Amino acid sequence: MYGNDFTQQPIVEIAEDDADFQAILDADGRIEPRDAMPEAYRKNLIRQIAQHAHSEIIGMQPEGNWITRAPSLKRKAILMAKVQDEAGHGLYLYAAAETLGADRADLLDLLHTGRQKYSSIFNYPTLTWADMGAIGWLVDGAAIVNQVPLCRCSYGPYARAMVRVCKEESFHQRQGFEILHTLSHGTPAQKAMAQDAVDRWWWPSLMMFGPPDESSPNTERSMRWGIKRFSNDELRQRFVDMTVPQAQALDLTLPDPQLSWDAATGHWEYGAIDFTELFEVIKGNGPCNAQRMAHRRRAHEEGAWVREAALAYATKRDAEREAEPPAAVA
Amino acid sequence: MTWSDSDKSTAVGAYALRLGDDALVLAHRMAEWIASAPELEEDVALANIGLDLLGQARMLLTYAGEVDGTGRSEDDLAYFRDEREFVNCQLVELPNGDFALTMARMLVFAAYQYELYDRLCSSSDETLAAVAAKAVKEVAYHRDHATRWVLRLGDGTAKSQQRMQAGLDTIWPYVAELFEADELVHGLVGGGIAVDPAELRDPTTDYLTTVIEQATLTVPDTSVWHTGGRRGIHTEALGYLLAEMQHLARTHPGAPW
Amino acid sequence: MTQSPGHDLSAEGGHGAVPTTGVPATSGRAVRDWPLWEVFVRARRGLSHGHVGSLHAPDAEMALRNARDVYTRRQEGVSIWVVPAAAISASSPDEKDAFFDPAGDKVYRHPTFYDVPDGVEHL
Repeated sequence: MYGNDFTQQPIVEIAEDDADFQAILDADGRIEPRDAMPEAYRKNLIRQIAQHAHSEIIGMQPEGNWITRAPSLKRKAILMAKVQDEAGHGLYLYAAAETLGADRADLLDLLHTGRQKYSSIFNYPTLTWADMGAIGWLVDGAAIVNQVPLCRCSYGPYARAMVRVCKEESFHQRQGFEILHTLSHGTPAQKAMAQDAVDRWWWPSLMMFGPPDESSPNTERSMRWGIKRFSNDELRQRFVDMTVPQAQALDLTLPDPQLSWDAATGHWEYGAIDFTELFEVIKGNGPCNAQRMAHRRRAHEEGAWVREAALAYATKRDAEREAEPPAAVA
Repeated sequence: MTWSDSDKSTAVGAYALRLGDDALVLAHRMAEWIASAPELEEDVALANIGLDLLGQARMLLTYAGEVDGTGRSEDDLAYFRDEREFVNCQLVELPNGDFALTMARMLVFAAYQYELYDRLCSSSDETLAAVAAKAVKEVAYHRDHATRWVLRLGDGTAKSQQRMQAGLDTIWPYVAELFEADELVHGLVGGGIAVDPAELRDPTTDYLTTVIEQATLTVPDTSVWHTGGRRGIHTEALGYLLAEMQHLARTHPGAPW
Repeated sequence: MTQSPGHDLSAEGGHGAVPTTGVPATSGRAVRDWPLWEVFVRARRGLSHGHVGSLHAPDAEMALRNARDVYTRRQEGVSIWVVPAAAISASSPDEKDAFFDPAGDKVYRHPTFYDVPDGVEHL
């Protein structure tokens, strides 16, 4: 990331099919801030990075719900650190989006007015403590599958932010797995709690990867631009293959009677996904859409007087500094 | 006062429990801000402060359970004591209110903790001294954070000044309790183990007065003083706080997490 | 499998499927927030400061403290600099050739230009 100096010189715009630009991408090079880039590339990235950032901060809510009810001090500390990391990830990502000429306040405004979105997975409720385990294991597990390829994405600041995120994320999935492992080897009530959470979070986690996208024009272009490296289905399969053996280690079942190992392909086959649920949740009809947005908006609105006060204070101090005579040199 | 070794040990445990409960309850209040702070950077900062306090609580509670002869773990103490057994000061259990009230309470409590831990570093009890040595750096930062905000809210806009003054006014009746001492503390002070809370009054209030006046605010004038936390007499807020904090652990007693 | 009408849903970004069509990149309104600061951290003695990212803060004091919280949470910093983003001047990509080419042909500045016999250490 090398600064946000858009006020000083106009950004050079080039055609979408610019050969020099594509050559950098084909050589797996990096595009850096203020490099010449197609407007569509820039806008595509702003949108993607912004929605990624929004997902991080909205994601603080379902897990943040259980901090005050965490059943041990160690779990409380770990959960606080995890949710704090998510705020930090949001910050890194907004920072990356800003290197493209976006403004964070503007992006947040787009989130608050529903014109930019966040990942649908966070529109599900966290009903029990075991949900903390399921989210860490499944949701963060899926996110990692998505995020690791982004560490090599063509836009430098986004790739570097993702390296930072992935480093911090590695403990998130592990703590989720550990929570579930403890529960599934605990009391019968705890084991039932763990199984119930997995039963609720499995299919939504698979839907995180989106519907099969071979027919989508945007995906093809995103791949050509080095922003998206693998198809939705490839990522989903990777996730399933990784996760099924982990479920066995947890001594928990996955709610898919059609899950079976296919020796010929070397993959775990899974049942058909009903994507109507995903489309409904994306449309705004998920269990928690309204609640997540209301919480987010309320925090922002209630904080307005604080943010304004800080700016007013800074302005007063600046005015005082301007009015001071320059210090004499001894 | 001469104590038997086991009496002294029990007393040290009781003292550590007070410090630990202070940190535990305030950590919980700070955690309530996560995902609701006025700006993302502040979410990160408040979580940091909460984590620092929780770390202090865990060390102090663990120590208390070891030396008071009951063999209770940090979780036994946090999740399985009832309201009247908690010995935190009332200030830390007050609901967060708005951001100004939260910063008012953080300013007062961190200023107090700073003076306390600074002196506790020389405790003749090695564990307490070690906890203090780590904690004093943390609370120096908390005090600084609260100071930055009290200045900005006090000397920001008319609205923020009004809210900041209101925050101070609300928490001020709970300040005096911080500097009270009883027989337990006097005995431990005599042994070089504990810090005399009365000794902390002047340096703490000097600091607070300086900040409050620089923030263009007024040190509240109150003749109402609330106390009793060290004897297990709390505000109504603590019951609700503990209900939320403890219910899951209590629903599955003895279960691993 | 048909996509939801009006939505191209791609597993881009972190936690999965989000709409990618019909989503604006900017609202075009000017919304006032805390100014932007760039953050530089020197992770330990012997290194120089490196750019680690940016954040928003109302002034330099808060920017430094926020930077400590956001960018040195895992003890990754000995020294922090914060600079208002607006104060940074950057070379333009257009100037690349004139700005940087003259250095390109002075290859004797690069250590790989020199042959060192095997077995000679510390060079």
